[in-house]
Amino acid sequence: MKALVVSRSLPRYAAAKVAGALAPSFSARLGPLGLSEIDEPELPGADWKRVYPALSGICGSDLATVEGRSSRYFEPIVSFPFVPGHEVVGRLDDGQRVVIEPVLGCAARALIPPCRACAEGRSDNCERVAFGHLQPGLQTGYCADTGGGWSTALVAHESQIHVVPDEMSDEAAVMVEPAACATHGALAADPGGGTVLVVGGGTLGLCTVAALRRFTTPATLIVSAKHPDQRRLARDLGADIVVAPNEARRAVRRATGSLEIGDSLSGGADLVIDCVGSQSSIADDLLLTRAGGTVVLVGMPGHVLVDLTPLWHRQINLRGSYAYGEEGPGTGNRRTFDLAFELVAHAGLDRLVSATYPLDRYRDAIDHAANAGPRGAVKVVFDVRGEKHR
Amino acid sequence: MKERTSRSGGREGPESGGTRPGFVLEVDRSTPPVLFHSGESFHLERLPVGSRVVYPSEPLNPLADPDGAIRHALLNPLGDSKPLPALLHSGMRLTIAFDDISLPLPPMCKPDNRQRVIEAVLDLAADAGVDDVVLIAALALHRRMTEAELRHMLGDRIYDAFAPSGALLQHDAEDPDGMLLIGQTAEGETVEINKRAATSDLIVYVNINLVAMDGGHKSVATGLASYKSLRHHHNVQTMQHSRSFMDQHRSELHSSNWRMGRLLAAEGIKIFQIETTLNTDTFPKAFSFLQKREWEWSARDRLSYLATSKSLERVPPRLARQIFQGIDSPQKLTSVQAGEVEAVHVATTDEVYRQHMVAVDGQADILTMGLPYICPYNVNSIMNPILVACLGLGYFFNLYRGKPLVREGGVVIMSHPTPWEFNPVHHPSYIDFFEQVLAETTDPAEIEAKFEQDFATDPWYIHLYRTSYAYHGVHPFYMWYWCAHALQHLAGVIVVGGNPKAVRRLGFKPASTLRDALEMAEDVVGGDPSITHLHNPPILMADVT
Repeated sequence: MKALVVSRSLPRYAAAKVAGALAPSFSARLGPLGLSEIDEPELPGADWKRVYPALSGICGSDLATVEGRSSRYFEPIVSFPFVPGHEVVGRLDDGQRVVIEPVLGCAARALIPPCRACAEGRSDNCERVAFGHLQPGLQTGYCADTGGGWSTALVAHESQIHVVPDEMSDEAAVMVEPAACATHGALAADPGGGTVLVVGGGTLGLCTVAALRRFTTPATLIVSAKHPDQRRLARDLGADIVVAPNEARRAVRRATGSLEIGDSLSGGADLVIDCVGSQSSIADDLLLTRAGGTVVLVGMPGHVLVDLTPLWHRQINLRGSYAYGEEGPGTGNRRTFDLAFELVAHAGLDRLVSATYPLDRYRDAIDHAANAGPRGAVKVVFDVRGEKHR
Repeated sequence: MKERTSRSGGREGPESGGTRPGFVLEVDRSTPPVLFHSGESFHLERLPVGSRVVYPSEPLNPLADPDGAIRHALLNPLGDSKPLPALLHSGMRLTIAFDDISLPLPPMCKPDNRQRVIEAVLDLAADAGVDDVVLIAALALHRRMTEAELRHMLGDRIYDAFAPSGALLQHDAEDPDGMLLIGQTAEGETVEINKRAATSDLIVYVNINLVAMDGGHKSVATGLASYKSLRHHHNVQTMQHSRSFMDQHRSELHSSNWRMGRLLAAEGIKIFQIETTLNTDTFPKAFSFLQKREWEWSARDRLSYLATSKSLERVPPRLARQIFQGIDSPQKLTSVQAGEVEAVHVATTDEVYRQHMVAVDGQADILTMGLPYICPYNVNSIMNPILVACLGLGYFFNLYRGKPLVREGGVVIMSHPTPWEFNPVHHPSYIDFFEQVLAETTDPAEIEAKFEQDFATDPWYIHLYRTSYAYHGVHPFYMWYWCAHALQHLAGVIVVGGNPKAVRRLGFKPASTLRDALEMAEDVVGGDPSITHLHNPPILMADVT
């Protein structure tokens, strides 16, 4: 089958890192990603099914991998070679359309009894992603045994499969996974009736805005986004105040009635959800969060150098938000994916799919995804519907 | 009524006011290019044949003996006021309030009118044995002034006599202990003014009446008021119903201030009003070509123009700003009136009109104007985009009596670089207004309803207004409201040479050249439009019939 494959090659990772600094398309050309003809993955067990991707998104973490920017933290929990692609809508052998919940937790790994987290429905915190009868891989798209969405076939455990309602388009369905990540982040801390700042206007940022509007009740929802189209979408999705990144401090100050103290504020946002995860965004988060407030990192951060003095002095809670699982009592302990289906349909998140590419044009696709903001795009996806299956 | 004291000072020159009046020139093939100001720059533009250019009057001759005229005015007041010495006595509380740095423009060469007048008042107070004298800069919601600025306008002698002992104050409209609620007008307008002034036996208010809007009851009712009071007339409704606010007979702004002033009088607050007018000798010698009619430029003027404009093209904007902000204007006192507020203001308005008024027959489809580097709110500061809008659509557009120079549904073209740049010390709330409010809407009424209260009560802006050198949080709103009449009247606004992003944020259209702008305007007003150019500054006011 046709697949984009990431191989373990230190020289290629190094080349991608250098090339990525020049242009993402160079990293796609020189890096560890390549288009190959490979065998379809074997079904690891009776409770596994073959999925034929229709659309498969390109995520920020995919770009980090392709460009050689991923943290080495992931090395023990991925297995090579792997086919990327964890934002997937596809069909089963019987034609049923499905979305994959990509975390490869204890159920997929046939681990009995499951780890403590999986037993509690929190597969996002699965303690066994490197164990069991599958090779290591925190998610589909990072595991050598399962394949991934950037191909014509992958395998999925029945616990990972969510049936797509007939009325939902493929474009909407491919947004369910990122919407689930955003929902998990939006529900990571209760903003109450306070002020929430969402940092970043990419896919995660915009989905987070939609999730906050759908599932929480912030008094004021501020979004800082770099590009005009992102700002327009943020406003459409329910942000009260939308500003450019260099305007965020003034916007938070004004919304919270704070005073300025040097670069910091006397008060600040009750909750900051960082969907960028860069060194400067995290540093800013800590200056814009009120004492006792919370910063949630939804965007994957990697190596950063940040002055944590404000975190210490202002007793700020800094927490990560990865993937999805079961949300709190406020949602009736619903699965994040169920909420995400609801969110995508309600907020019309299919509008965030800006461009589709065939697998053959993966270099263009990567380049487009890496420059989505400046090019007025949000989500770039591979369209595998026209590919031949063998 | 006493005789107008301006006459007693006599005038320099052969004849009182014997200078050429303003007039309207119709452009023909022989007309030289016309000067357009554009921030810290200017350029010559050839206007289409048939366009009209409204030129200001030449500067009136100044009073030959300004100090004598001032003393004469204090001793021979207008209206039912007693002479100032009769109002002064030992043991009284005397407050002398004076206009702030927003007047005049540019700041005048020393000695400033305020220094001359206050020194004269203080001499009389000393003669009467008045010990309790406090000076208050009537800032309203403007920024506080620096020591250097106060010294410039008051002189070192006054500053050193009052500032060290805390007797030179700057009005603080947000001082909860410093304001006094006087009452409400019949229209329900709250009147709250500076407590020290309100509880004085006499307020002497010293004005510089640069334009017709200045002075009268507005001096105390606005200059010493709080947001609670100001919001009754600094609002969209008032500005849209002031046609224009420079014409007191058709100005809601004027009417509201008059109601408040009369309430102050009814509540027993005694005001001795002193108003001074200036001629329009606006620019120093090096820039004197800026106030000459182009066809009368001498070889030296042309050389000055070329040398100055070419040099300005080469210097960094910051340096150009420094050069221009360093200009002290040679404008001179042309009249001084003192006494009862309304009587004084009638006389002053006549004087202002005598200098500024130019008769214009009919409106145009397109009004062009060159905006200079300075407006009332960026002295020693940056002319940010909101102030650009306010200078053009607030001040210049409203410098009319009768009808606007441009017809309803017409277009204003103004030239200014309109940099996306703000002075963060002077204009912190302007930055937020520009980034957050104008990004959402440019409709004055919507802005007023949705955002004004938050900005006006924002504790950070209040803190900066009270302790730093910041305009009050609500001030950018007032600047935008000042544009409300023009925004309602016009079908389009085009800025030539402005930062396109900043211009679009204002809701206007950017153009690279005047020719482009005129073509764009024709799309709105139709082909073969009538064009009027407002040749300002020096200031003029059009009497449009």
